[in-house]
Amino acid sequence: MNPLLDIRELRLELQRTRKESVAVLDGLSLSVGKGETVGIVGESGCGKSVLSLSILGLQPNAMRITGGEIWYKEEYPLHDLKPRDIRRYRGSEIAMVFQDPMSSLNNGLTVGAQVTEMFRLHAGCSRAEAKERAIALFRKVGLARPEALLKEYPYQLSGGMRQRIMIAIAISCNPGLLIADEPTTALDVTIQAQILDLMRQIRDENDTAIMLISHDLGVIADMCDRIAVMYAGQIIEEGPVDAIFEEPRHPYTIGLLQSIPAPSKKQEKLFSIPGTVPGLAERQSLGCRFAPRCGMAVKHCYTEAPPLFGASPGHAARCWLLAERGGQADAIVS
Amino acid sequence: MNYFVRRLLTLLLTVFFVVTLTFAAFRIIPGNPALTILGTEASDEQIALLEAKLGINRPLPEQFIDWLRGAAALDFGQSLRFSEPVLKLIGDRFPVTISLALLALTITIAVAVPLGIAAARSKGKAADMMISIGTQLGLAIPSFWMGIALILVFGLVLRWFSVSTYVPWSENPYLALKSLLLPAIALAVPQIAIVVRYLRTTLLEQLNLDYVRTARSKGLKDHSVLFRHVLRNALLPVITVVGINFGELLAGSLVVEQVFTLPGFGSLLITAIGNRDYPLVQGMILLIAFIVVAVNFVVDLSYRILDPKIRMK
Ligand SMILES: Nc1ncnc2c1ncn2[C@@H]1O[C@H](COP(=O)(O)OP(=O)(O)OP(=O)(O)O)[C@@H](O)[C@H]1O
Ligand code: SF4
Ligand SMILES: [Mg+2]
Repeated sequence: MNPLLDIRELRLELQRTRKESVAVLDGLSLSVGKGETVGIVGESGCGKSVLSLSILGLQPNAMRITGGEIWYKEEYPLHDLKPRDIRRYRGSEIAMVFQDPMSSLNNGLTVGAQVTEMFRLHAGCSRAEAKERAIALFRKVGLARPEALLKEYPYQLSGGMRQRIMIAIAISCNPGLLIADEPTTALDVTIQAQILDLMRQIRDENDTAIMLISHDLGVIADMCDRIAVMYAGQIIEEGPVDAIFEEPRHPYTIGLLQSIPAPSKKQEKLFSIPGTVPGLAERQSLGCRFAPRCGMAVKHCYTEAPPLFGASPGHAARCWLLAERGGQADAIVS
Repeated sequence: MNYFVRRLLTLLLTVFFVVTLTFAAFRIIPGNPALTILGTEASDEQIALLEAKLGINRPLPEQFIDWLRGAAALDFGQSLRFSEPVLKLIGDRFPVTISLALLALTITIAVAVPLGIAAARSKGKAADMMISIGTQLGLAIPSFWMGIALILVFGLVLRWFSVSTYVPWSENPYLALKSLLLPAIALAVPQIAIVVRYLRTTLLEQLNLDYVRTARSKGLKDHSVLFRHVLRNALLPVITVVGINFGELLAGSLVVEQVFTLPGFGSLLITAIGNRDYPLVQGMILLIAFIVVAVNFVVDLSYRILDPKIRMK
């Protein structure tokens, strides 16, 4: 299948001082197929948000793409577009939903203004037309009394309603890809489930691909077709959801899965991966980035960086432990 | 209590305090209006006679209550010095001062908002630096000094403006504007500096917020993000600063009028104080206090109207 979004060997650098820069993302490849839901997991600071933002050129000002490519629908080189040109894809082809619905909407503008501007911008609708479409859209995402809602301000609404509005804005122009960066983290559990249901409904109705970033492995397992595990700016394991959950291959993924509290049995002590995520400057420059925290590390791990090794079709991990069995997977195309 | 009523009461109370204070202060400090009018040669009887005629020999509380009663009916009495109604004297001079202050305010907003936006947009770049140096200077130079410099350059050297010929608005609006322009600029400069700096800060603060990222992710142009989403939020706190500074602007006009010899409140107030012209001083102070408090009230109110977060509560 041709990927909808194809990120190839992406390198993103943070300019620290005039002369010095550090890599935030390094050799990162990831693709998302049409209608597919891909989950991205990894500890805080590994670069999930920055990755999602860089797709639309929205990364922080001090960061720049210095290598690799980002292709959308195989013909649009997002990595290589001028700001004026990439704007056309924002919101219309690729839309984003952010974590905190409290701060992600503008409290100084009515909900209506913030929704209708999408139709006016991307579909060239008249004011009246845009309003009509907004009302229909609100109905679609399960927002009651849409007419009244248009005149209200975000701060008057609950977190769940705001996130529905965020989603409504995101899907307003029928994007091919929806990027959701921890869309439910800030919400109550019951609201979380509703928002996830809504996202599922949208995916099924519109065949929208979703890139879902979450700390919650339960949510990921529930929603995704495929999972990419990130560590220190790289994808260290990637594969179909079942493979990752049942046969994780990378020691980091294994640790991550062991640290989920199991609801069935009362565990006395929850496993946690020793050590902390390295800061941008402390990242291991030589060898495997996970080595300082890895219980399986051997000398070789400190001297040479592991490439991605295939474990099974579509499943690969960046760890030397796979070297004997699989062989190098230089082409895992999903 | 209703917010509006509460504010109105505070407004009246504040004005009352200011007026009481002025009344008390001027009776306590030495000086006698009868003496100033008659000169040092006057005999004690002459002075006593005039004091009685002016009504300033009566007990202070009685005078105060009398004055208050008059003021409530918008009768501020007669000027001791000019033997004309205080209201007429104020009416003659006030338009000059208030139009100077309003013109300065207009210039401030018209110049400071674009400059503040430009500074925020070019943060850290050359333009931002230049604006920063400019505002630094604007804050450091006193208005009267700036006034003198403007007179020198535009009045005496370039001769673009005729200095010190005030023309009332009713006579010739163009000439009136022309005669007020230089003093208004002198007054506006420090205000511009304050507003530019503040707007730059609030803009940068807003630009860092999450909703800006959302707006950009929608595909909006940078200038739509700025003007449609950010500017309104960033201007709100600026309104307060402008309002608070309006008192300063009025005080500044009194001084700058002197530099440009405009027939405004400044010279009248100085004469009135020098002559211990109690009714005139009180009338003028009352008006100034009222304007300052009223402007603050209006600012507060407009803030409420403009900020949906407060409006809804
Ligand atoms: N505006 C910024 N300026 C400089 N560095 C930044 C900025 N934003 C993020 N970073 C750095 O980039 C790295 C990746 O950050 P990112 O926000 O993508 O992490 P994340 O995986 O999304 O974490 P979380 O799970 O906490 O959201 C981190 O080391 C972070 O410190
Ligand atoms: S390569 Fe070595 S250090 Fe890295 S995860 Fe595998 S075993 Fe651990
Ligand atoms: Mg993040």
